[in-house]
Amino acid sequence: MSAAPETGSKQDFLRVEDLKVHFRLNRRLFAEQRLVHAVDGVSFSIRRGTTFGLVGESGSGKSTTAFAIMRLVKLTGGRIDLDGIDLGGLEGKALREMRRRFQIIFQDPYSSLNPRMRAGAIVREPMDLMAIGNPEERDGKVAEIFRRVGLRPEQQALFPHQFSGGQRQRIGVARALSTEPDLIVCDEPVSALDVAIQAQILNLLRNLQRELGLTYLFISHDLGVVQYVCDEVAVMYLGRIVEQGDRISLFGKPLHPYTWALLSAVPSTDPALHSKGRRIRLVGDPPSPIDPPAGCRFVARCPFAVERCHAESPRLRTIHPGHSVACHLVDDDGNAPHHRLD
Amino acid sequence: MSEPVLEVDNLSVTFRTRNGLAQVLDHVSFSLGQGETLGIVGESGCGKSMTALSIMGLVPTPPGRIAGGAVRLRGEDLLSAGERRMRSIRGNEISMIFQEPMTSLNPVFTVGEQIAETVRLHEGLSQRDALARAVETLKAVGIPAPEKRVSEYPHQLSGGMRQRVMIAMALACNPSVLIADEPTTALDVTVQAQIFDLLRELQDRTNAAIVLITHDMGAIAETADKVVVMYAGRIIESGTVGEILADPRHPYTQGLIACVPHFLANPPVERPPLVEIPGLVPPLSDLGTGCAFAPRCRHVMPRCRGERPPLMAAEPGHEAACWLLDEAVPA
Repeated sequence: MSAAPETGSKQDFLRVEDLKVHFRLNRRLFAEQRLVHAVDGVSFSIRRGTTFGLVGESGSGKSTTAFAIMRLVKLTGGRIDLDGIDLGGLEGKALREMRRRFQIIFQDPYSSLNPRMRAGAIVREPMDLMAIGNPEERDGKVAEIFRRVGLRPEQQALFPHQFSGGQRQRIGVARALSTEPDLIVCDEPVSALDVAIQAQILNLLRNLQRELGLTYLFISHDLGVVQYVCDEVAVMYLGRIVEQGDRISLFGKPLHPYTWALLSAVPSTDPALHSKGRRIRLVGDPPSPIDPPAGCRFVARCPFAVERCHAESPRLRTIHPGHSVACHLVDDDGNAPHHRLD
Repeated sequence: MSEPVLEVDNLSVTFRTRNGLAQVLDHVSFSLGQGETLGIVGESGCGKSMTALSIMGLVPTPPGRIAGGAVRLRGEDLLSAGERRMRSIRGNEISMIFQEPMTSLNPVFTVGEQIAETVRLHEGLSQRDALARAVETLKAVGIPAPEKRVSEYPHQLSGGMRQRVMIAMALACNPSVLIADEPTTALDVTVQAQIFDLLRELQDRTNAAIVLITHDMGAIAETADKVVVMYAGRIIESGTVGEILADPRHPYTQGLIACVPHFLANPPVERPPLVEIPGLVPPLSDLGTGCAFAPRCRHVMPRCRGERPPLMAAEPGHEAACWLLDEAVPA
């Protein structure tokens, strides 16, 4: 018997348990009520000061999970604890006050900054809203944050369009830092940037984590970036986590057939990946999270599916310490069907 | 190599801007044989897409102007060809796949009508035969139930399907040159892999020459035969894909390869900071007389600021425009 994935260690800073976010689709008045199971029973925890990555195709629920943790969408069920405080239970003023501890960096530094506000005001606004310090202290603090993210304090007076893409993303980072948060959700923070600029922002995020002890929830579709940045990674498919592990074992020895197929699809400069006879192609697009299948959600695209996979939904179980998988075909010693093919 | 299908020869393009004349392309040269794939890499604003537009004869003039050089398709100079001749070449002998399948397809026509239009114009087929051809092409690019999809509108298809429709449209007339400008940027990796497989498969079948514009070194490694690296409107390095990836000679190419966290079979435990290329691509209207990369270069020498390096051979078939190569020549 294998144990359920361990949760509740002392160091867990963010704990998500059985998180569900469903959206109602009622297009027509008398049509049957349909539900989008965007996030459907997701559990994980993040240790303080580390980076946790969520990966998966579009529609897998990674962004919805992040938005639920940010309390930007309504939870259908489950629990979110940040540093021992039940985030899901907070409302109104208490939630607003708690918000200073968790912030978000968005993907597109062009559309996520108000074009009519000066850079300094954009960074200062969260402090004003949350009444952090007194107004004079805030001026000094904005200047300090500007320096910290690699901008010059005198650039506070400029408007977003006067900055380059990389600098704009620095403003986005500065805004997230202004409330001195513990947790920052990074939702595709470098996807919209030129490759040469990506490295600057990734290095900045890494240095800030070391200096300030930040905890990151990191979402990206670029698996090279995830592999480099994240300490632990969860792979999502149709609203569920199908595999989770530390970066070395998850990328080195993926257990779930979906993870294996996903990783094999990444174009790579690594000759080890060219020679591995890896070209496993998933046919078709990711299926829709409306009315997902009853058994394993990956069953329709899985090259190894057996009868049991259609009938019974596999639960996430720990194979090695720090590496869990939800697949009937992986045995307790960590033998997966695709290992025979590698 | 056999007779090249496409030759770009010292192509220069300028744009009139508020800040003066911008040299958007500066003596760009490369050639491409049947069945070959050339990758063009570089940051935004380096001239990758402008190169594609020049080949297609789609540079907006004014403000743009072809200042010199030639683009030859099987020896025929396209720059001096008239608009009428170009119209018969575009979509027929040279096709292009654009980055954004949603904005490049017409939302008010079915995908079948859009593919049929191409073959009706170029091959004079009747509407009925053209639609039959559309079904065939959709099938060839791996769209399930093509008879049904042919009468659907772009918004009814997923992103991956739309990109397949774009490819079907580009391939409907069996072009000898296919230009793919960031063909998979907005797509999931699993779908990206399908699209690259599809392009390779089609190339095997039709022997088309492909120009692949991308910033993804992984995609280059797996698809291209030859690579040119562009910076500020010029080619600063060119060679086979193996040479460029294993032994990049220009500091910019080295930076482009090193600044990306590459996806590896077994990630190392240690994670050193990523190499940064400091600064930004310079404004093209103010490039000065030296090497355009000099302000961002780690190895910059006094000579680089005053004198622009020409492409120099590093080894046969591998060239880089960098004075370091000149120093490296043994006496």
